[in-house]
Amino acid sequence: MAADIGFGSLFITLIVALYGVGAAIYGERNKDNMWVDSARNAMLLTFPLLTISVASLIYLLVTDQYQIAYVARVSSRSMPVYLKVAALWGSQAGSLVFWSWLLAAFASAVTLRKWDRERDLLPWVIVVSLGTLAFFLVMNIFFENPFAKLWQTAQRVVIAMTAPENALPLVPRDGQGLNPLLRHPGMVIHPPMQYLGFVAFIIPYAFAMASLITGRADDSWIRITRKWTLWAWLFLSLGLVLGMRWAYDVLGWGGYWGWDPVEISAFMPWLTGTAFLHSVMIQEKRVMFKQWNMVLIILTYDLVIFGTFLTRSGVLSSVHSFAQSAIGPLFFVFIALTLTASLGLVLYRWDDLKSKNSLKSFFSREALFLLNNLLFLGILVASFWGVIFPLISELATGQKVTVGPPFYERATAPLFGGLMLLMGVAPLAAWGYSSWKTLNRSLVKPFFASLTVIPVTFALGIWQPWYAVLAFWLIGFVITVTICEFWRGSMSRARRFDENFFAALWQLVKRHRRRYGGYIIHLSMILMALGILGIEVFQAETQGTIAQGESLQLGVYSMTYERLDNFDTDDGRNLARAMVSVSKNGKEVGKLYPRRDYFYDSQQFVTIPGVRSTLADDFYVILIDWKPISQAGATFKIYHNPLVKWMWIGAWVFTFGILVAAWPEKKPHSPRQTRIRS
Amino acid sequence: MQGQTNYSGVNNDMPEENQLETNPQSSSKTKFIIGGLLIVAAIIYLIASSTSKSAQYFLTVEETLQKSAAGELDGRNLRISGAVIGDTIQYDSETLKLTFTIAHVPGDNKEIKAEGGLAAVLHNAVSDPDRPRLQVIYEGPLPDLLQNEAQAIITGYLQEDGVFYADELLLKCPTKYEEAVPGQAGG
Repeated sequence: MAADIGFGSLFITLIVALYGVGAAIYGERNKDNMWVDSARNAMLLTFPLLTISVASLIYLLVTDQYQIAYVARVSSRSMPVYLKVAALWGSQAGSLVFWSWLLAAFASAVTLRKWDRERDLLPWVIVVSLGTLAFFLVMNIFFENPFAKLWQTAQRVVIAMTAPENALPLVPRDGQGLNPLLRHPGMVIHPPMQYLGFVAFIIPYAFAMASLITGRADDSWIRITRKWTLWAWLFLSLGLVLGMRWAYDVLGWGGYWGWDPVEISAFMPWLTGTAFLHSVMIQEKRVMFKQWNMVLIILTYDLVIFGTFLTRSGVLSSVHSFAQSAIGPLFFVFIALTLTASLGLVLYRWDDLKSKNSLKSFFSREALFLLNNLLFLGILVASFWGVIFPLISELATGQKVTVGPPFYERATAPLFGGLMLLMGVAPLAAWGYSSWKTLNRSLVKPFFASLTVIPVTFALGIWQPWYAVLAFWLIGFVITVTICEFWRGSMSRARRFDENFFAALWQLVKRHRRRYGGYIIHLSMILMALGILGIEVFQAETQGTIAQGESLQLGVYSMTYERLDNFDTDDGRNLARAMVSVSKNGKEVGKLYPRRDYFYDSQQFVTIPGVRSTLADDFYVILIDWKPISQAGATFKIYHNPLVKWMWIGAWVFTFGILVAAWPEKKPHSPRQTRIRS
Repeated sequence: MQGQTNYSGVNNDMPEENQLETNPQSSSKTKFIIGGLLIVAAIIYLIASSTSKSAQYFLTVEETLQKSAAGELDGRNLRISGAVIGDTIQYDSETLKLTFTIAHVPGDNKEIKAEGGLAAVLHNAVSDPDRPRLQVIYEGPLPDLLQNEAQAIITGYLQEDGVFYADELLLKCPTKYEEAVPGQAGG
């Protein structure tokens, strides 16, 4: 029953969405606001309708209705309720419903804004949003239906909405359960965050397309969606970081990022989105790069669609081996169509989008922003190249050749380094005209101040490799420049308005939120870079089998195996949990409990590391094997991951920076207030 | 990233247009195009050189054995996919040395489909003693997903003794889970 309601609601939403697209186009063509308003109401209606579908699916999951094929596959009786709910996005069909629901929510939120001045954009925003929604609903209804039931005919099991001839309902006693690796709090919040980020980027795209279709060459679409884009970017970034954290905490291989095609596909829209966030500022400031911004948001949109599809279907790894999804070709057709149509529109409006201004100097702010964009796109191209290289090589030579993490590291590290350098240099460059001389003058002091980082790294015993020393210096340089910017701004304000330093700092940030929020985000990126540098370059590891009471050594650390407990839990797991004590320089600093969980329902082990995390380093222990009878010996692998904690700290700072930049303003500033520092 | 609120005066913090226009438009444009092209060329070089340095040949077990017999694989970094034969899994937890054998599975999706999907292909591969097989040695923790009829994607080198020394091991059990769980990479 709930399944029929959920499915019916999906179907009605599709009809409503298609009606909305038609009504919006008709109303726009005939200048009839009644039809446009009707389309707007249709868009508002999609959200409650899809809420019914999502609620039905959650109900089916929570009440263990295993006749539903999707429920049988991703849920099981032993799973706690929060995981049953999270199983909504445990596999492709449910993920797509969840995705559509988020899109409907965002589209509705957009519909409710005041449209007085941009009313001409409204019909096209509706067409793009509802068109995208309709595509995902078609996927759900005709190809990946989460409400389909299991039926037993004389010969085989059939998955269908309604009973085939001579078939009886097949109701398994229990489901297969969510993949044990996904049964983790990090996995409960990582996919929704990622999806929020993905879906929120649809909205700026819809406005960009509306602006192109109506021929509005101004930047109203950018101003309207600026805050949207920031929130989208926040969610996308947090989605990525949470995924890394989950990998670090659960996958038990001492790392956080493996340049897997799925990870890359989630990373690619982040790259174009980040480039977009930067380059729209040039359009606002200097009325330049209009065509470029259009291209960036179009790329982001299609990479979002690509990522949504890829993160759940595994088509790229499947090219050689993995199970293929029925909806692959349709996704590629949709991406090809939207990409061609959008880029075609940009070409059609090319002349309207031409800028009067042009680049004047290599060292102007806008030129450096452009360089930033080139570097982001360079990383994008390298990532995309790595993912599709097997396909290309097979087409070209008949021989499949793949590239692994070393390719990505080697190809992207210099580009990331370039971006870091820009974070240090660009904030000091002026708009329009900025010669090397003027830029140099503001660079000299922070540059020499940051050079002190190098003797410090040497004093800490880090001479090798040279690029690590260079990276440490870069980190120091960006931090110096950024703090100087806060300092200079506050000091000049303090002098001017006779405020104390902290009041001046508060006012400074409050009145230039995007600028200083941006600097906080730069700092957060630098902190993350510090963590990545630590684990990527200075990770050390060792392994060994030791009896109880014996120790393993790794650098200044030593780890003693104390005992092992082996027991069953209520939720269908068998735990083997070791207790080890960790000493640093001979002094005990704590106990860790690395463990291996065996899941009876899926007959699978999950290795959970024990981690002692400090600002300086992580001590990371994996229990690899143990002797069941004597419990005397066990095998451990231990990692020393310097500085990695700064990655997670950076993520918090990042969130704070976005909040500073994107928090809704109380009232518009008067022009006088904005002249304080320009 | 100037203050966010001075929309009204977009150009108020820079000199008036054309006042300082010393270079003709076209020559400054050329300057930027050349600069841009240099950067693009550097990025392309970076990608191309990284590709050739870290390219791995993706082969099936059958192709590996054929090419190895023909002497085409000397010292090449390979990536091979195959089905894990459960009975052959041996793990020495003292030395962390893992040994197992994989059986040939076809690399072409059409063939996989024709055989009834990946799960069926893996099952057939393991139960058919005539399929080409390859012994694999890997050092490291015992992966959680290593079991009979799992699909293994291994990266490493084929040695002269005909044994494949893997330095990376990716596993997937398609019978139960179709979600794309990031693989457990070793090393």
